[in-house]
Formats: sequence, C-alpha cells, structure tokens
Amino acid sequence: MDFELIFRIYPYFLEAAWVTVQLSVYSILLGLIVGALITSAKLSRSRVLRIAGTVYVSVFRGTPALIQLFILYFGGPQIGINLDAFEAGVIGLGLNIGAYMAETMRGAIIAVDKGQNEAARTIGMGRFQTMRKVILPQAARLMIRPLGVNINAQIKATALVSAISVVELTYTAQRYIGSTYKPFEMFFLAGVIYMVMIYMTGLGINWLDRRAVIK
Amino acid sequence: MGLDFSVVPGFLDSILIGALWTIAITLSSAAISFFGGIFFAVISLYGHWVIRLPFRAFAFLFMGTPLLLQLFLIYFGLIQIGIDLPAFVAGIIGLGLHFAVYNSDIIKAGILAVDKGQHEGARTIGLSKGQTLRKIIVPQAVRNVVPPIGNNMIALLKDSALVSVIGVTELTLSAQLAISQTYRAFEFYVAVAVCYYIINLCLEYSLHLIERRIQISR
Repeated sequence: MDFELIFRIYPYFLEAAWVTVQLSVYSILLGLIVGALITSAKLSRSRVLRIAGTVYVSVFRGTPALIQLFILYFGGPQIGINLDAFEAGVIGLGLNIGAYMAETMRGAIIAVDKGQNEAARTIGMGRFQTMRKVILPQAARLMIRPLGVNINAQIKATALVSAISVVELTYTAQRYIGSTYKPFEMFFLAGVIYMVMIYMTGLGINWLDRRAVIK
Repeated sequence: MGLDFSVVPGFLDSILIGALWTIAITLSSAAISFFGGIFFAVISLYGHWVIRLPFRAFAFLFMGTPLLLQLFLIYFGLIQIGIDLPAFVAGIIGLGLHFAVYNSDIIKAGILAVDKGQHEGARTIGLSKGQTLRKIIVPQAVRNVVPPIGNNMIALLKDSALVSVIGVTELTLSAQLAISQTYRAFEFYVAVAVCYYIINLCLEYSLHLIERRIQISR
C-alpha cells in the first residue's frame, strides 16, 4: 500500500466525493417525489392510473439502471431531451430509485392495520382525510427503515453515472487506476469515502427511526 | 435526428449473442454467489475467529462500496498482481463475490432459523459436525430463504450490465458496438432494455417454479 500516493491525491477524491454527495441527495429527493406520485397512482380509484403505476414500476425495476441512464443521456437528444451528464445522472437515478421507493411506500401503507381505515371512514372522514390524518402518519414510521435501505443502495448506485462520464468518486478512482496502476490504493481511498457516507446516512436513519417511535 | 427502429433488425444477431452472454454471465455468477454465500455463511457462523475476522472485513468492504468499483479493483487488481484473466472471468468473479456477500447474510439467517433439535438430533445419530451441516442444516436453511435469494438473482441479472464497463461483450456492450456504427443510441438501448426485460420475466417465472417445487408440504 503506497500511502504517500494516497496522501498526495486524496484532495481530488474529496472533491469528487462532493459530486457523489450532490448526486445522491438530488436523486434521492427526486426518487421520493416520484415514489410518492407512483404510490398515489397505484392506490388511486382510477384504473388507468393504477395500471400506469404498475407499468412504471415493472419497467424501471425490470431493466438495468445503467441502460436507463444510457437511454436518457445518449438517446435523449434524438427525442429532444438535451441534458448534461450530471442532470441526466440525477434524473435517471431518481426515476429508477423512485420505482423501488414506490414499492417501499406502498408496502408501508398496506401494512397499516385495516381497522384504522375502516374506523376513520366510519366516523365520517373522507378518503383523502383518512389517508392524510390516520394512515400516512402511521405508515411514515414504518417507511423509515426500508427507505433507508433504498437510500443506502442509491448512494452506491451513483457510481453508475461514471459510465456517462460524470466526474464523481468512481470515475475519479477509475481515472487514477489508469494513470497510476495502483488499483488497491485507489479502491481503498474511494471505498473508505463511500463507507463513511453510508455510515453517516445509517446514523441519520437510525436517529429518525428512534424519534418516530410512538411513546 | 428522429427515431428509426428499422436499423435494429440488422444487428439482431450480435444483440442475441450479447443476450446469450448476459444469460451465461448471470447464471455462472449466480452459481458462485449461491455456493459462495453458503460458504461465507458457514464461515461466519462456525469458523475460527482467524478466518472469521478477515471475512467480516471483506463482507463489510463489499457491502459498503459500489459494485462498479469492485469490478475495477478485481479486473485491474488481478492484472497488477500478475493474474491476467479475461474480462468476462473477472466480471463473473466480481458479480459472484459481490452477491455472495449479500446471499451469505440471508443464508445465515436461514441457518439460525433451523430448529436446534435438528442439529442435536443429527449429532445424536452419529453424524459429524460437517455432515450435520452439509446434510441436515444447510438443505433446510436454503429452502427457507429461496425467495430473498431469488430477489438477489434478479438484481444480479440487472447488475450484470455493469461488466460492459470493463469490456465484456454482453448485451449492453453489444448495443454500444451497434451504436458506434449507426449513431442510433435511443433505438439500440431501448431494444436492449426490452431484451433485459424479457430475460427478467423468464428468470422471475423460473424462480417462481423453483419456489413452488421445493416447498415442503407441512
């Protein structure tokens, strides 16, 4: 292990890590919005919306995220979508994780006891009110952990955008492997940074989960 | 440039060959991840700490870093220490090890869920420790965890697209080769996405059959 090399180049890795953080945060936020929309579509009374939601989840979970990114970034210009690599990365990853998050959210909502829904409707609450005031507050607690798993996966999935040449952590590691022929050192450096990010996120999720426990 | 899907049939041959490679890579790394997962699970449950601790570190490292980075490490790292493997072998090893770590967690839970009496019973009738594990515990444990392992196999199929980055000519790279000749990215990537989707459906269906077949009637 060439520690001198590691000390010399770690600032570049930290710079790249910041890009990874931005990619993660933006795509996770987009994923949460998409997930919420798809979940509402799948739980709605309209058959068309339900089918659309099911198709979305099936297509985005049934094909590789890498291909989805390629279609958006390389194929986008052909249908009039011109994005730079970073934007394509955020949107592509966000749309992809949104499908997984939708399943997580739906699972949590379904897991809330049926009696809650029936009782709320019986005392005269509307469908929307029941969802907002009775079901969602309970489901939100159940969602925290599984969404944490999605978020953890997403941080690692940001490595994919190196394939559309966004200069993030994996791209930087790959470039330095090419120029220094020291794959172990580069892996070590990038790996430690990824693990710190995932560890910190894990702490955040744990904190949220503890706070959400009903006393 | 508008869309013109009529260019796709001309490259159907190379796309189908790519699809066969994707299937081959998925199946062989699935096999590695399955048996590796069992091996890792047994080590982390029963192994001596001298083996167990390095394994823990290895598992921690593989679960905390992106697969793509691991593929780079394995492909370029092996070359650096003098082992020059073809890219597809490196890809299979990388995918296999990555998912073996995830499978081992699931199988570990499965082993712990097997009734203790099974272990005691097997030892009582004179089976050795290794025999007990191999013939009594692991078969029951694996049966219990087929659904989550199946999910990992589906994830593996989709992640097999990543090995295109280290130059394995599977489905994704076969699309890229066609695009480099025709400059029609959208058409070919959509065509390839359809292939992945179909393979995915077939895989899901076979897993469903396997699940049904190995269910014990209780």
